[in-house]
Amino acid sequence: MNHWRKDFPILDQEVNGHPLVYLDSAATSQKPIQVIETIDNYYKQYNSNVHRGVHTLGSRATDAYEGAREKVRRFINALSTKTIIFTRGTTSALNLVARSFAHPLIKPEDEIVITPSEHHSNLIPWQQVAKWTGAKLKYLPLETDGSVSMDQVMKMVTDKTKIVAIQQVSNVLGTLHPIKEIARHVHQKGGYIVVDGAQSTPHMKVDVQDLDVDFFAFSGHKMCGPTGIGVLYGREELLNDMEPIEFGGEMIDYVYDYESTWKELPWKFEGGTPIIAGAIGLGAAIDYLESIGLDRIEEHDRKLIRYAYEQLRRIDGITIYGPEDRIALVTFNLGNLHPHDVSTVLDAEGIAVRAGHHCCQPLMRWLDVSATVRASFYLYNDESDIDRLVMGLQKTKEYFGNVFR
Amino acid sequence: MSLDNLYRRVIMDHYQNPKNRGRIDDGAFTVNMNNPTCGDSISLQMIIEDGRITDVKFLGDGCSISLASASMMTESVKGLTVDQSLELVDLFSRMMQGEDVEVERFPLEDIEALAGVKNFPARIKCATLAWKALGKGIEEHKHGSDR
Repeated sequence: MNHWRKDFPILDQEVNGHPLVYLDSAATSQKPIQVIETIDNYYKQYNSNVHRGVHTLGSRATDAYEGAREKVRRFINALSTKTIIFTRGTTSALNLVARSFAHPLIKPEDEIVITPSEHHSNLIPWQQVAKWTGAKLKYLPLETDGSVSMDQVMKMVTDKTKIVAIQQVSNVLGTLHPIKEIARHVHQKGGYIVVDGAQSTPHMKVDVQDLDVDFFAFSGHKMCGPTGIGVLYGREELLNDMEPIEFGGEMIDYVYDYESTWKELPWKFEGGTPIIAGAIGLGAAIDYLESIGLDRIEEHDRKLIRYAYEQLRRIDGITIYGPEDRIALVTFNLGNLHPHDVSTVLDAEGIAVRAGHHCCQPLMRWLDVSATVRASFYLYNDESDIDRLVMGLQKTKEYFGNVFR
Repeated sequence: MSLDNLYRRVIMDHYQNPKNRGRIDDGAFTVNMNNPTCGDSISLQMIIEDGRITDVKFLGDGCSISLASASMMTESVKGLTVDQSLELVDLFSRMMQGEDVEVERFPLEDIEALAGVKNFPARIKCATLAWKALGKGIEEHKHGSDR
């Protein structure tokens, strides 16, 4: 029995008459009771606006909010809390980089390099920047198993490349990309690297100094935190020179009649009342993950994915996409069955998986499929969940016996 | 909820042997529609003459429910006037929203089998895609002939 499962009250229920097997953590993770209670406690005991007023609750809320920023700084080993900006999630963090950093920087003769496996959140902002600036958007060709080779990086990332935007882990193939090596090459060519860490931060220790990246974005809700909170890390000297994209309360230093000045980092990027409960909840999620240890979580998730891969590949008619060495998720199709139909039968068995294009339409075209089924795992899953999935898939094949080819 | 309420035999028959799947060579009005949340897509072609749908075909990519629904939809509206067709679009939409509609009003009896989809909220969009495409196509065609 998994030791961490008891911390997740939602998992203790039946769905459609069967004990719930939750295999959709890459979409959003479940939340441990420690996180739920921290948020509950904030609203019950010290809900207040931050950075204003001198009353006691306001100070407690401000301390907790800024305390969460320090936890995030330590979590990704950033140098300073000035480099930790709270956002609504990975998407808004990446959009902030695109609009505030890339748009003013990029010239028509420049190039932006991304991969075909990017999530739409790290793809469409760059399509937009390319449109706004006239720069060229280039796709780094993937290897046949969906991985990125340094040979291709060397070839594609040239003196013309201003930005390389890449996920650390693919949300469809589970591929872990060599960010540190890519960053080194990008910097040698005089460009900047923007990393989407939404799928990596939940499962492994991330060290932004060691990776030597310029920007790193991730979401709280995929790592046991609440929805609506994310983080943008950026190199301090770059953030310093960037203009805010949201203006209003909270982010100003002094307001004159016809112009204003901004607060210092990180607050100049946090206009309006910030996501206080979200940040405090994210802080609690970090405490929870660190109390277990990211190394242990990574080991657990890797063991589980190896087991899943071994069990699933034995199913007749299954096609698994991506490399064998992968992080915490497996994407597949079952014969000619449509992912919706597979997912509906699994749901009737109490098994929650994702079916669809996973916000990766270009990657679906690359795989030459319209949709896939994805099962993704986290610390609260164990081998018995995989066994249930395998049984569920056998049942799916039987159920569609007349149709299955 | 039993899966058999969703995957009725008649639905699987339409899925395996869809009616009116293909292209109309020329003179047809085409409308494309996607379901952006799941990636299903349909390309619907119609010939509308004197306010009547004289031919209709579809190509699509989707699950059993969405393809069976497209097959039944095309089979039922062929030969109807656009107004009669729009009434069916509305009737189908209300059936999916859980309203107790008079299923006898559908010219094709098979469509009643899709009523079970309303109990699977995640699949309603699969069933409605082809009907929405039909509604959109008729509206666009109307606007086109007004000009």
